[in-house]
Amino acid sequence: MTAPGRRAVIAGAATSDYPYLPEHSEHAVHGQAADRALADAGLTLADVDGLATAGFFPMYAVGVAEYLGLQPTYLDETNTGGSSFEVLVEHAAHAVEAGAAEVVLVTYGSIQLSQMGRRLGTGGGGGGGIMPGPAVHDALWGNTLVGNYAMAARRHMHEFGTTPEQLAAVAVTMREHAGHNPQAQYRDPITVDDVLGSRLVADPLHKLDCCVISDGGGACIVTTEERARDLRRPPVYVLGASHASTHHLNLSAMGPLTTTAAALSGPRAFARAGVTPADVDVAQIYDSFTITVVLTVEDLGFCAKGEGGAFVEDGGLGLGGRLPTNTDGGGLSSCHPGMRGMFLIVEAVRQLRGECGRMQVPEARVAVAHGTGGVLSTGATLVLGREVP
Amino acid sequence: MSGHTDPAAAPPVDDRPPKPRPAPVLDPDSAPYYGAALEGRLVVQRCDTCGNTQLYARDRCLRCRSEVRWVEASGRGTIYSFTVIRQQHQRPFRTWLPYVVALVDLEEGPRVMTNLVECDPDRVHIGMAVRARFEPVSEDAGIALFEPA
Repeated sequence: MTAPGRRAVIAGAATSDYPYLPEHSEHAVHGQAADRALADAGLTLADVDGLATAGFFPMYAVGVAEYLGLQPTYLDETNTGGSSFEVLVEHAAHAVEAGAAEVVLVTYGSIQLSQMGRRLGTGGGGGGGIMPGPAVHDALWGNTLVGNYAMAARRHMHEFGTTPEQLAAVAVTMREHAGHNPQAQYRDPITVDDVLGSRLVADPLHKLDCCVISDGGGACIVTTEERARDLRRPPVYVLGASHASTHHLNLSAMGPLTTTAAALSGPRAFARAGVTPADVDVAQIYDSFTITVVLTVEDLGFCAKGEGGAFVEDGGLGLGGRLPTNTDGGGLSSCHPGMRGMFLIVEAVRQLRGECGRMQVPEARVAVAHGTGGVLSTGATLVLGREVP
Repeated sequence: MSGHTDPAAAPPVDDRPPKPRPAPVLDPDSAPYYGAALEGRLVVQRCDTCGNTQLYARDRCLRCRSEVRWVEASGRGTIYSFTVIRQQHQRPFRTWLPYVVALVDLEEGPRVMTNLVECDPDRVHIGMAVRARFEPVSEDAGIALFEPA
């Protein structure tokens, strides 16, 4: 049991500027996000004793700590791809509850668009190129990152009759949400026909079934309920969390393509939180591709397996819909710098603090942030709440 | 967003010599698999202790951690899922667009990723019967492509 007052909360959260930051280094994006999240909480770097971040170099967190001038006594750089930041917050929550740290800065920074252009999804052998070791096996066929998700979409259509129109509905709703986010990368409304009329990148996924490529970052502050009591913002409780992986870069090792790691992480996170999917007011779900959202709403238990297509149709993910989702416009329209998981957390916190203006879900009390990483490889679920149920 | 080229735009004229298909970096686990393919044979790993059949190649059985041995496979399978790649910026693949990437369930059980060749991309379907054919990619390695059975 957690000691009295040591229950983990998120005391501050912020995004950096986005979606295009040609004047920033990757580490400067970390810094801007960190400054804003700390200011949001009413803290400074001097209060931070833990740093958690994920990137693509060994000892990445150590390097970010050095750049920020931190000498932390808690470090975490677990990398599960796009779901990393949900995992890092889960770990940080455990750390503060156990007394291993007091104030953990969880930060993300990327200049994917400025540095690499829009090549992330359509090169390499499914995202990894030819590398030694087991990852070689699926890297020989000219598959792309998009292609992996396309094969899951094709299989879902085959098993359950899911239609391209249903997938497109996800992109249409995300664009509608982005229209209310002045920072979003793409804001002009689109229709289902626009999605289906955009070029096929990897059948059955069209260009507008794919997330955007951006620069950007974000940060949040994980501390204890007691420490948060005299801080600026109402705390957001980390009610429950769990994560899982099913395979790495070999999609051939996944097993059934229509059930993801969310089916493992979701039920455990809800059980730990003491809530059910029916209690969730707002969701932030990793939308690397439209199919990712369809698979995730099923696997988290918002609808039965196979019913995700019908669930997302007709504004199912919009305000007033079955499950208001990605109220900032998501990776499909707002911002996707490569590992979007941090943006899910920041938007979930804003919803629970009632700061989302036109996109606010009324009386939002329970939020879910679910990250997906790799080639449908990892899933990490955070259940967040305004109070402990 | 200014300053970025449209990925769908025609690539600049490329008069470099054709780039060969990538070859796998071999290790002690994988060398027998790709070596067999170089000889025109598709092989899978069998566990005599629990009866499991597996790919990709590991040093032990995925189910019971016993030793495994290589056995010949029939080369027959069915398509579990597939995609038609229509955008890819890396050579040699971008010169082959559009092409089919598929997951094939082998008759013996294991699933492999592959390219489906000798088939109009518009005629591919899940459940389609396919058979292996082989292509050398280095002095030590071949790969198993598949074509309609």
